[in-house]
Amino acid sequence: MNPTFTLDGRAIPFLPGQTILQAATAAGVFIPHLCYHPEFKPHGSCKLCTVKVNGRHTASCTMQAAPGMSVESETEEINGERRALTQMLFVEGNHYCPSCEKSGDCQLQATAYHLGMMSPHYDHFFPNRPVDASHPEVLLDFNRCILCSLCVRASRDVDGKNVFALSGRGIDTHLIVNAASGKLADTDFTLADKAAQVCPVGVILKKRKGFAVPIGERTYDKAPIASVAVAGEK
Amino acid sequence: MSEKKKLRVATTSLAGCFGCHMSFLDIDERLFTLLEHVDFDRSPLTDIKTVTPGTDIGIIEGGLCNAENVHVLREFRANCKVLIALGACAINGGLPAQRNSLSLPAIFDEVYHSGFGLTNSLIPNDPELPLVLDQVHPIHEVVKVDYFVPGCPPSGDAIWKVLTDLLAGKEPTLQHGLMHYD
Repeated sequence: MNPTFTLDGRAIPFLPGQTILQAATAAGVFIPHLCYHPEFKPHGSCKLCTVKVNGRHTASCTMQAAPGMSVESETEEINGERRALTQMLFVEGNHYCPSCEKSGDCQLQATAYHLGMMSPHYDHFFPNRPVDASHPEVLLDFNRCILCSLCVRASRDVDGKNVFALSGRGIDTHLIVNAASGKLADTDFTLADKAAQVCPVGVILKKRKGFAVPIGERTYDKAPIASVAVAGEK
Repeated sequence: MSEKKKLRVATTSLAGCFGCHMSFLDIDERLFTLLEHVDFDRSPLTDIKTVTPGTDIGIIEGGLCNAENVHVLREFRANCKVLIALGACAINGGLPAQRNSLSLPAIFDEVYHSGFGLTNSLIPNDPELPLVLDQVHPIHEVVKVDYFVPGCPPSGDAIWKVLTDLLAGKEPTLQHGLMHYD
């Protein structure tokens, strides 16, 4: 029989090497996350998946499960912290859902719904982030970037192209394109790249494909992210 | 039947499109039920021009794009016990805030001088026109806001849910299907 840890009082079995997040998902328990993707090595940067392990905060996407661990996730305290992190992501970028092609399919938006985020709470930064429309097939809208680094990891580890990178530090961290011009058109990026499929928000968008699926009939319009995620993320 | 004192409700649209007010009307025949519980004060529905002090609920659609918006918002805050931000623009500036990365002179130039089909271009400067703010702001950046109803616009059902929660003395919540930012 597999060893177990407890998550909010419930016994969760795990396989050696599994993280808390992986074991919880396999057991049908959703832990909110944005930079984690089941096909990629965890990055541990968004901190949405933070839980308390034996009373200490830790990212559940990077922490390996261990027998007898006591993990808290669905508490008022932890969800309040997750909501605050999500609100900070909203005010640091320019997230205008009504005019975004990703609305309804966006993990940031769906996570905010899950956390009951009724307002951004903080003052908005309204940063100036010009879009990159240079590529014939793909639009890059940096206004929506949450620095999850999934495109960086996909392009480097799967596509072998290293098209994207995170540059700068702290609040100045931003997504860049690895070309002398800084433009996507001057890379070998294509729509078939894994990196074109993994953006959880609306940064990497296929051109001339706007609103093919109407608002109201999209992934998270039909079911909340908690049930979509445990049913198997795309 | 005992006559319960009706709540006084004021509404306005600042830098909004009145879409949220139209959506409010989408509560349809529930308006009659609502009118058993509330009286309308200043609102586009009544055409009353000022908010009566001691009004119970103020509902604000739209963000702040000019000095008059700020003035009206402050009047609502000063005279309403509870203030509700209704819809995307009141909550994060919405579509009008997408001008925030552009400078005002560049916008005025495009709109009044260099834009397509303009002749005899002049930037309007009548003293009666409210001054434009350099950026569009959501209302919670200027006054304290008690409740937020997201959506562009929030559905009639979402507005109804929040109003009935408040009338019942409960903290308003929106479940999946009613909570929308788009």
